[in-house]
Amino acid sequence: MPDPLPADSVGLVTPQTYHFDTPLELACGKVLNRYELVVETYGELNAGASNAILICHALSGHHHAAGYHSADERKAGWWDSCIGPGKPIDTRRFFVVSLNNLGGCHGSTGPSSTNPDTGSLYGPDFPVVTVTDWVNSQARLADKLGIECWAAVVGGSLGGMQALQWSLTYPERIRHAAVIASTPRLSAQNIAFNEVARQAITSDPEFHAGRYSDNFTLPRRGLMLARMVGHITYLSDASMGEKFGRELRETAYKFGYDAEFQVESYLRYQGERFSESFDANTYLLMTKALDYFDPAYEFGGDLAKALQGARCEFLVLSFSTDWRFAPERSEELVKAMIAARRKVSYAEIDAPWGHDGFLIPTPRYTDVFTAYMDRVAREVGA
Amino acid sequence: MRADLEIIQQWIKPGHHVLDLGCGDGTLLDFLQRERGASGYGLEINPAYITHCMSRGVSVIEQNLDTQGLANFDDNSFDVVLMTQALQAVRRPDKVLDEMLRLGNEGIVTFPNFAHWRLRWGLALSGRMPESEALPYKWYNTPNIRLCTFQDFEALCRQKSIRITSRKVVDGQHQNSWVARLWPNLLGEIAIYRITKENSQ
Repeated sequence: MPDPLPADSVGLVTPQTYHFDTPLELACGKVLNRYELVVETYGELNAGASNAILICHALSGHHHAAGYHSADERKAGWWDSCIGPGKPIDTRRFFVVSLNNLGGCHGSTGPSSTNPDTGSLYGPDFPVVTVTDWVNSQARLADKLGIECWAAVVGGSLGGMQALQWSLTYPERIRHAAVIASTPRLSAQNIAFNEVARQAITSDPEFHAGRYSDNFTLPRRGLMLARMVGHITYLSDASMGEKFGRELRETAYKFGYDAEFQVESYLRYQGERFSESFDANTYLLMTKALDYFDPAYEFGGDLAKALQGARCEFLVLSFSTDWRFAPERSEELVKAMIAARRKVSYAEIDAPWGHDGFLIPTPRYTDVFTAYMDRVAREVGA
Repeated sequence: MRADLEIIQQWIKPGHHVLDLGCGDGTLLDFLQRERGASGYGLEINPAYITHCMSRGVSVIEQNLDTQGLANFDDNSFDVVLMTQALQAVRRPDKVLDEMLRLGNEGIVTFPNFAHWRLRWGLALSGRMPESEALPYKWYNTPNIRLCTFQDFEALCRQKSIRITSRKVVDGQHQNSWVARLWPNLLGEIAIYRITKENSQ
């Protein structure tokens, strides 16, 4: 935590655990009888409970979206650039709720939790969850927090899919949905990348069909490779070029297979760090949730028909150099919203950072996002 | 409210679904939503205008007419398609007119008249590209690349079998003055055209 703390930081925050005893039926047909969600909140819920914002996380994200857990914590929450006093999601006006989704590995019930029905670890037996399952679990969280209707549900990437699904599953419980750097469905190429990541994990000899914990080991290599592939797709060629170029760690080529280029050692470092903090079964599950997401599926592939059910207003933002979920994917979504006559505003942010652009403040992104959220705040009297 | 916008809003009925091409800061759409109960979208490319629209609750979509066209909108999906002071800034105004009447039953177009007497006078006297309140740019930095006169526009409509159902001529201050009505191609600075397909009612 920087000293002194910047004025636009939410400061020290403490996660909370919520227990749920009502069985949750999942899309796969299985039922979770009991589960827990780990949640962080920032700001104050107003008397009418009209100023609540739900933040949905992306693939490897979790409940810690802003601020610091302790004075020793080096990096702030994953979306600290957008959440705080004076930031686009202004915590002086909004009550912000961020959680770790079901199946996660940061405290919410997931593969690395103990199954309360059997007393043993879930591991690979944890059911595959979908974006809709998450939205259902989040609705129950809203019930517990006394929030009948979100001022906005906001998310980037996989988080944007949750915001979109909220507008369809609970149209009366959401006023605005901000779908950022996202897509209405994965392309074959997207699914292909996810499959490479899953194969890297499942073919690691330490994976043991997902029962690595029982074998007192971890599929570190596989998880590291999965993250390396993912990481490449989150950045743009230009941003990698700017950061590393073809820079070598030493002065001359060594004609071997060690990490000689800076970008190689960077990816290895990122991958290794990730493999120590993330659960392999969770990674498999989250990539599957991405692959399955397709709200148009039940409507014969007609996304506009699916959107007929939505009542909220939409903000859709894309990033020019995002090739994971390129601007065309957002435009596809906007087109369907227009055909369904939903209220939607769309902007393509020109930024060099690739898919990760939604986490990095650039002036235009900040301006547009702030303007929209400011208007949401005025609308709900926050 | 500006006289041209005042005139346009009289042609919008409650519940009309409207598309505004080059919606600027969203003033017109905002007014139509609040005062006329209309719905719809604005298209814009200027980032500052887009932000302004979002802030005031106008549904705005970043889209470049020249490079992206209007293929993302279905046939007959709007009651009215508007284009105020943007026709002269697109690369193919003739194609945009076709698209407007593909998407909407009716189009409303405004643009500056290049045959206004002050512009004719300026060119004749100084021999340099004229500038006016409606065209406040130099020849090299102007966004207005397809200037035309009222007569040119009406000739294009005839050629395309586009029916002009109304024409109101205003001056640079957007006043609906009697002199401009008298001899529009010479005295009118901006015209507001209401157009529809030849065969429609």
